[in-house]
Amino acid sequence: MYSTSYHKAASVAEAESLLAGASDGKYLAGGQTLIPTMKQRLAAPTDLVDLTKIPGLAGVEVSGNTVKIGAATRHYDVASSASVKSAIPALAALASGIGDPAVRYQGTIGGSLANNDPSADYPAAVLALGATIHTNKRAISADDYFQGMFTTALEDSEIITAVSFPVPAKAAYVKFPNPASRYALAGVFVAKLADGSVRVAVTGVGESGVFRASAIEAALAANWSADSAGSIAISPEGVLSDIHGSADYRANLVSVLAKRAVAAAG
Amino acid sequence: MGVEGIGQSVVRKEDKRFITGKGKYTDDIKLQGLTQAHFVRSPHAHARIKSIDTSAAKAMPGVVAVLTGSELVGDKIGNLICGWMVHSKDGSPMKMGAFPAMANETVRWVGQAVAVVIAETKNLARDAAEAVVVDYEELQAVVDVREAVKPGAPQLHPEAANNTIYQWSIGDQSATDAAIAGAAHVVTMDIMNNRLVPNPMEPRSAVAQYDSADDHLTLWTTSQNPHVARLLLSAFYNIAPENKLRVIAPDVGGGFGAKIYVYPEEIVCLWAARKIDRPVKWTADRSEAFLTDAHGRDHVSKAELAFDADHKIIGLRVHTYANFGAYMSLFSSSVPTYLYATLLSGQYNIPNIYCEVDGVYTNTVPVDAYRGAGRPEAAFLIERLMETAARQFGMSPADLRRKNFITQFPHQTPVIMTYDTGDFNASLDAAMKAIDYAGFPARKAASAAKGKLRGIGISCYIEACGIAPSKAVGSLGAGVGLWESAEVRVNPVGTVEVLTGSHSHGQGHETTFAQLISTRLGVGIDTVQIIHGDTDKVQFGMGTYGSRSGAVGMSAILKAVEKVEAKARKIAAHLMEAAEGDIVIEGGEVKVAGTDKKMPWALVALAAYTGHNLPDGMEPGLKEGAFYDPTNFTFPAGSYIAEVEIDPDTGKTTVCNFTAADDFGNLMNPMIVEGQVHGGIAQGIGQALLEGTVYTGDGQLLTASYMDYAMPRADDLPSFDIHHTCTPCPGNPLGIKGCGEAGAIGSPPAIINAITDALGHNHIEMPATPDRVWHAIHSRMAAE
Repeated sequence: MYSTSYHKAASVAEAESLLAGASDGKYLAGGQTLIPTMKQRLAAPTDLVDLTKIPGLAGVEVSGNTVKIGAATRHYDVASSASVKSAIPALAALASGIGDPAVRYQGTIGGSLANNDPSADYPAAVLALGATIHTNKRAISADDYFQGMFTTALEDSEIITAVSFPVPAKAAYVKFPNPASRYALAGVFVAKLADGSVRVAVTGVGESGVFRASAIEAALAANWSADSAGSIAISPEGVLSDIHGSADYRANLVSVLAKRAVAAAG
Repeated sequence: MGVEGIGQSVVRKEDKRFITGKGKYTDDIKLQGLTQAHFVRSPHAHARIKSIDTSAAKAMPGVVAVLTGSELVGDKIGNLICGWMVHSKDGSPMKMGAFPAMANETVRWVGQAVAVVIAETKNLARDAAEAVVVDYEELQAVVDVREAVKPGAPQLHPEAANNTIYQWSIGDQSATDAAIAGAAHVVTMDIMNNRLVPNPMEPRSAVAQYDSADDHLTLWTTSQNPHVARLLLSAFYNIAPENKLRVIAPDVGGGFGAKIYVYPEEIVCLWAARKIDRPVKWTADRSEAFLTDAHGRDHVSKAELAFDADHKIIGLRVHTYANFGAYMSLFSSSVPTYLYATLLSGQYNIPNIYCEVDGVYTNTVPVDAYRGAGRPEAAFLIERLMETAARQFGMSPADLRRKNFITQFPHQTPVIMTYDTGDFNASLDAAMKAIDYAGFPARKAASAAKGKLRGIGISCYIEACGIAPSKAVGSLGAGVGLWESAEVRVNPVGTVEVLTGSHSHGQGHETTFAQLISTRLGVGIDTVQIIHGDTDKVQFGMGTYGSRSGAVGMSAILKAVEKVEAKARKIAAHLMEAAEGDIVIEGGEVKVAGTDKKMPWALVALAAYTGHNLPDGMEPGLKEGAFYDPTNFTFPAGSYIAEVEIDPDTGKTTVCNFTAADDFGNLMNPMIVEGQVHGGIAQGIGQALLEGTVYTGDGQLLTASYMDYAMPRADDLPSFDIHHTCTPCPGNPLGIKGCGEAGAIGSPPAIINAITDALGHNHIEMPATPDRVWHAIHSRMAAE
C-alpha cells in the first residue's frame, strides 16, 4: 500500500469537504474492496475519508411498509436485525451470505452499492425490490442507479446516506457462489411487491452488472410459480464468461436459481 | 508412561505455541539494522532484457542498494542446479538451461526476479522497485507442453531443442508392445493431471545476516531441509563454505514440498547481506507465492492398459508430457520419472510396463515435488484406467481390481520397485465395509428420487516413501544420499535432547519423536526436547519430504537411543553389580531382571556424567549419534472410496461420503496420522474439484490469488471416515511406512471415478468444476 491519509468524518458535510480538500481522495465505507485493491497498489488514493463513523449513518428503521437501512450499516447488522428479518427476511438472508464473517463485520451496504461490483449481492436486492438510494443530494430509484459494471448514478463526491426498501409480499435470493471467491457466480433475487408487480434481478451474470430479467418477470407476473420461472431460457448473449463459468453455464444458472428462488419465496 | 509411548494418540506438544501465537517463524526474526528486500519481477512470460536502469530507484528515500543479475554474475554466484541427473533413452544427459537467481539476459516466466531493491522498510523497497526501469523485448511464449514440443514453438533454452529436457523411458518396450498387440481388450485414455499451486499457510521468507568480523553468514529460512540448503549454497552457489554458513529453519508453517528447494530469493538475500554488510529480510506476499513457489503436477498422458480374455492385465503403455515450467527446479527431474513411472504398476500384477516421459520447458512457474510428487500422477492414471476398464467390461470395479491385485510379497514390478509387503484385499474390504458399498444402489435411488445423480468411485493406491536407500537413489541419479541422522543426548539429570536431521513443518515431530524416547527410556515426553532445523546444532540431515521422517528419521533416532541404552545398561550393571544382560530399562527405572534391585534412570545418567564410578575404560557422558540408511523404499497403500452427489441443474458435486482404509504399517501416533490423512484428502479433493491453475496463452497466471484459485475449505469437504489396516514395514525397525502424502495420492481418482460413475460419462478433466460437470451432463443429454 502506498502511504495515504486517513480521515474520520464526523458528518456527511465534513466528509464532502474533506474529500474536496484531498488531491485524490476516496470515501471509505468498509473498505472490503478498496483496501485490498490499495494493498495491491492498484489504487492509490492520497486520502481516505471514512464514512462509517458518521453518527446516524448506520442503523435500521422500519416504518409502515418501508425498511430504511443507513448506508454505514454493516452486513452483519442487517443479517442479524430482527426488524429486517421480520419485514424482508430475504434481505437479511442475503446479507448473511455476503463474503465471510470478517467481511460482514466490516463491509457496509452503502459501500457495496457505491462500488457496484458485478458479482455483489446487494445490487440484486436493491434492484429487485425497487429500493430507493438516498444520498446527501437526492433520492435515486434503483432502476436509475445501476449504470453498468462498477458504474452508478452517483456523482463524484455524492454520499449514499441510506437505502429504503419497500416491504414485498414475497421475496427470496438464491446465489451460486464462485468456488474460489465466493462472490456470486450467479445470484437471482425474485420479488413480488405489495402491489402485485414482479421484479427479478440478476447479479454475477451480466456484462453490464446487475440487471432485471424481464422475461422471467413476465412469466412470473402471468404465473407465479417455480416452474414458470425455470421455464425461461436465458440467452448467453451479454453474459459474463470467465475461467469459473462460461456464458452458457451462467445463463443456465439464472433459470435454475430463479426457479429455486421462487420456490423459496413461496 | 504407557500413555505417552508410541502407538498412543498423544496430544501434540508443539501446538501450545502454535495456537497461542508463540511460534517463531522466519518473518518473526528481528535483527539490529535489518533491511528489507523487494524483488522486481518480470511482467512478461518470455522477453529479452535490453537494459535495466536502476539509477532512479537508487536515489529513492531509504534505499540501501539496488542489485541486478549482472552483478550476481560478476560476483560468481552460481546458477541454480537440478540435483538429480536423468538420462534420455538415447543415453544423453538431461538438457538443462542456466537458471540464474536473477535473470540477466532473458526472462522466462511471469514473476521471475530481475532485480532486487534493499531498503530501510518494506514499503520503501517496494516504492523504489517501481522506479527500476527494465526495457524488455517481448518474445513469443508457450505454456502448454503439447504446443511447446511442436516445430516452430518458441524456444526457451538454447540447450534444449524443442524445449525438451529429456525423453526418458522405463520398462521393456518390445514386450509391452507385443502384449498390447495381442491383447483381448485394450483400454486407452488421454489423462491430464492438473497443475497445482502448493499454498502453504506461511509464505516463503528468508533473513540473511553477515558477520564481517568472522566472515560468517547466517540464514533463517522457510526450509524443509536446512542442511541440504547449506550444502547447495556452499557447494554450488558460492555463498560461503559450510563452516562459514549457518542455516536455520525455525518454525515453518507448512511446506508440502514447495519448501524443499533453495530458491533465488534465499541466494540473493545472503549475497546482498554480505555486499551491504547489513542483515536482509525478504518475505513473500501471497501473490509472490503464487508466482514463485514451485508448482506441482501438470502432466498430459496417453495410457493404454491391456487385458487378456480373462480380464487379467497383461500390459501397460504410457506416454507422458511433464511440464517443467521455465527452469529445472532442484528435484524436478526425478518427479515425473523415478517418483512417477516406478509406481505405475499400482497394486496390480502387471507383467509388462513401458513408459516414456518427455520433460518439457514452458514459460510458466517451475514445477517440482508437491505432496505426493509423481505418485499422485501415477495413481490417478492407473486408477482411472482400472475403473474405466471395469465399466467397459461390465464388471464390478472392485472385482476387476481384486482379480489383478498383487498378493505375494515381496513383489518385483517391471518398473524397478520391489514391494515389500501389503494386503490390498484387506484395505479394499475395510473400505467397502465402512462405506456400505453394498448399500450404494439404494442410496443412488434415493438421490435419483430427489433429482440428483449419485456416484461411487474406488481408488486403490500404492506409493513409495522414505525415498531411499542412498545406494539405490544414487544409482538412479540422485545427487545426495537419502539417509537420516540423529543424536540422543541424555542430560546429567536424565532429561533427553534428541537432535534430528528431519525437519518439522507441521508434522508433529516434537511429539512423535518424544513418544519414541518415552517408550524406550520410560521417561515422560515433557522431559524430552526435539531439536531440529539448525545446521549449528544438528550435524547433518536430509530433511523432511516423501513421508520419510517416520520411516527414516525415527529409525535413526531409534538406532541412537539403542546405543544410549547399551551404555546405560553397562553403567547400571556396574553400579548394581549385575550382569549387563539382566538390565532392563522401563518406567523411568533401570532394573535388574528377576531381582528387586533397581535405580532411577536419572541416577544412571548422573553417574555417566560424574564419572566417579564407571566401568574401567568407559568414557564419561551419555550421548550417542547414528546415521540410518534404509534397505528399501516403504510402500504405504490403501483403498479410498468416494461417494458423490451431483446437482444436474448446477453441475455442483457434493462429496457425501469419503472412506479411507490405509495401510501405513505401524502407527506412532494415530491422532497425528489421522490428521495427515485428513489434510491429504482435503488437498486431493482440492485437486479433483477445485484447484485449477490457469495460464493465458501468453503466459499470464490468471489464478494468482484466492479470488480465482479455489482452495478447499471446510464446507467443501465431508466428514472423513478413516480406517487402518496393518502390515508392518519389514524395511525399518519400527515397521513404519509413512502417512504424509497418501491422502493426496489416493483421493483424486476416487473422486473422479465417483463423478464419472454418477454421470455415466467417462471423461471429465480435473478440477471437475460445476461448469465442467454441467457441460458434461449437458453434452451427453444433447447427444442423446
